[in-house]
Amino acid sequence: MTAAPAAGRPRLRTRLLGAQPIGALFALPYLVFVAVIFAYPLGFAVYIAFHDYFFTAPGVDVPKPFVGLDNFASVLTDPQVLQSFRNTAVFLVINVPLTVVLALVLATALDSGIRWVAAYRVAFYVPYLTASVSLVGVWMLLFSSGGLVNSVLGPLAPNPSWLINSALAMPTIALYVTWKQLGFYILLYLAALQNVPRERHESAMTDGANAWQRFAHVTVPGVRPVTTLVLILAIITGANLFTEPYLLTNGGGPDGASSTPVLLIYQQGIQQQNPDTAAAIGMLLVIVVGMLSLAANRINREA
Amino acid sequence: MRFVRPLALVSIGLLVAACSGGGDSGGGGGDDGGEAAATGPIEIWLSNNEQELAWGESVVEAWNAENPDQEVTAQEIPAGSSSEEAITAAITAGTAPCLVFNIATAAVSGWVRQGGLVDLSGFEDGASYIEERGGEGAQAYAIDGSYYQLPWKSNPVMIMYNKTIFEEAGLDPEDPQMASYEDFLAGAQQIVDSGASESAIWPAPTNEFYQPWFDYYPLYLAETGGTVLVEDGEATFDSEEGRTVAEFWATVYEDGLAPKEASTDDAMSAGTTAMQLAGPWAIPSYAETVDVGFMPVPTSTGTDDVYTFADSKNVSMFTTCENQGTAWEFLQFATSTDSDGQLLELTGQMPLRTDLADTYADYFEANPDYVSFAEQAERVGDVPSIPNSVEVWQTFRDGYSAAVIFGTTPIEDFLSETSAQVDELAQG
Repeated sequence: MTAAPAAGRPRLRTRLLGAQPIGALFALPYLVFVAVIFAYPLGFAVYIAFHDYFFTAPGVDVPKPFVGLDNFASVLTDPQVLQSFRNTAVFLVINVPLTVVLALVLATALDSGIRWVAAYRVAFYVPYLTASVSLVGVWMLLFSSGGLVNSVLGPLAPNPSWLINSALAMPTIALYVTWKQLGFYILLYLAALQNVPRERHESAMTDGANAWQRFAHVTVPGVRPVTTLVLILAIITGANLFTEPYLLTNGGGPDGASSTPVLLIYQQGIQQQNPDTAAAIGMLLVIVVGMLSLAANRINREA
Repeated sequence: MRFVRPLALVSIGLLVAACSGGGDSGGGGGDDGGEAAATGPIEIWLSNNEQELAWGESVVEAWNAENPDQEVTAQEIPAGSSSEEAITAAITAGTAPCLVFNIATAAVSGWVRQGGLVDLSGFEDGASYIEERGGEGAQAYAIDGSYYQLPWKSNPVMIMYNKTIFEEAGLDPEDPQMASYEDFLAGAQQIVDSGASESAIWPAPTNEFYQPWFDYYPLYLAETGGTVLVEDGEATFDSEEGRTVAEFWATVYEDGLAPKEASTDDAMSAGTTAMQLAGPWAIPSYAETVDVGFMPVPTSTGTDDVYTFADSKNVSMFTTCENQGTAWEFLQFATSTDSDGQLLELTGQMPLRTDLADTYADYFEANPDYVSFAEQAERVGDVPSIPNSVEVWQTFRDGYSAAVIFGTTPIEDFLSETSAQVDELAQG
């Protein structure tokens, strides 16, 4: 009769702190980091999004009334905000599939023991390591009206040119980001490929499978968890696009064709001092990214 | 995974805490009553312009030598994507200095709303000092009759041109005769057709809120004889003059006289353009690289004595300043006739004070390149002191980019629709 409460106590403690409570202590610095750097600002952003809020000097007491969904209504009826989400959709449709396919194919090629593997790895990884600001400068030189790409294309060069063409600006940014981030995703896939047992490939070969069949039926299923991770990371990175439209297309140009939600958050929250509508855009972005990530996870799992 | 649950609990707890009390930034207010007379050490921020820094350090040294008990410490505005963003962050964090010598008028209304700026009219001789030094024009910098900034210096915008390219194109580099739109467009076409330069003029076609100050706005001020973008809370540009200026720039872009892309380097130095809109700061900047000349911005009929954009930078005092007595004294010291003369000498920028040409006659005699700017400084308009100023300019830029640079919307629609949006924003 007395054993039940005694057994209950450890269970409660175990549920809260795990089987090894000391582990919670080791994890505490990271918990504090997450709470202070992520959770608190996120909560504060939620608060700001529901109030008529602006930043004030310390000690300045100004009413910041609760406004319900007004800020959300305001941003959802703003054509610029809607366009920025549409632009992001265009970006993701190009960038995410391209990232997954190219990263997996190139990682598989590197894993198959081709020559100069180290050189290729460096070539793929250097853009990822280099600051976007520097690389944007190179792409501006390449894709400007009188740039190298148009010189090579000659009469086939688009008019207006890539970065000032409303139909091509966002796809150009999507290509740029795909190229820049590819090295990181290739590394993820390379690590995953090491864990696909060689025996499976050997069995498939024994069964008469050709290279494509082995890739489709052994490699792709073998790296599925990493594909989910790549999908989610590519969606999050793409949805948070800022530097490229800010620098490569001169602030979301031409005429807003490459503006993004984060660029508008910067303009409205920092430059125009309207953090309330900026926070509302941020909340919408979090919801959209969350839903897309969940969908990617679910679809890939079912596939 | 074991830590997910505690982590979620902590996060939810913080979320609730933030939602329930996150907005409380404390009581009080930016009262400067007890601090207005206080004296003691103060800190000031200067722009990172090399010549301005040299001026600031020299003025601070002179002040500190005379006032050892009220020491002034100067530093550059902390790095940020712009001075305005760094200052906004400093106001919010309570780390702003006493004075900043690089205030853009467009940002002032936002900082007043933040409770970050001291009303200089609150000092006994505040308004009288500002108006005596700056003349009647100073009143344009007041918000509801209060001076939250001292109009300090201007960089009147003119057309800077490359004399060598003009000569190659067959234009007279000493008197290009491009004062009217017709003559300007003809001259610009001549430059491009001659192959002397890829483009005739290259204003940044980018989307930042301040870019109109260096393409549309100087010409609008010139066309209207100094009418600012918003007057008495209403936009002024949905007018015949506003349309004329917009159509002029649209023609420049349509005819391929100006690129629609940003330059990948300094187009003047690279010789990829023949003209830019610039202030007197450009004289020392291009002294070593380009033989530049200056002419007033064009108007539709080529009138004389045109207005232009002042591109002023001003000085504000911040409510976090404890020794506001010293700050006010130093502000007057730094904007005295002597200090302004030193500013002119070291930077070539025009102090916003009356009778510039006579006060510093010796300087202009020795530096004739600057005479046209001194004359132009008598006829300038600035960014109006209105609520939501940055948002107003961003709205204007968005509409202008679509209609004028990229030609995706009719100019009439841009003027009427943007004007209505600006009217609403300017009401506050």
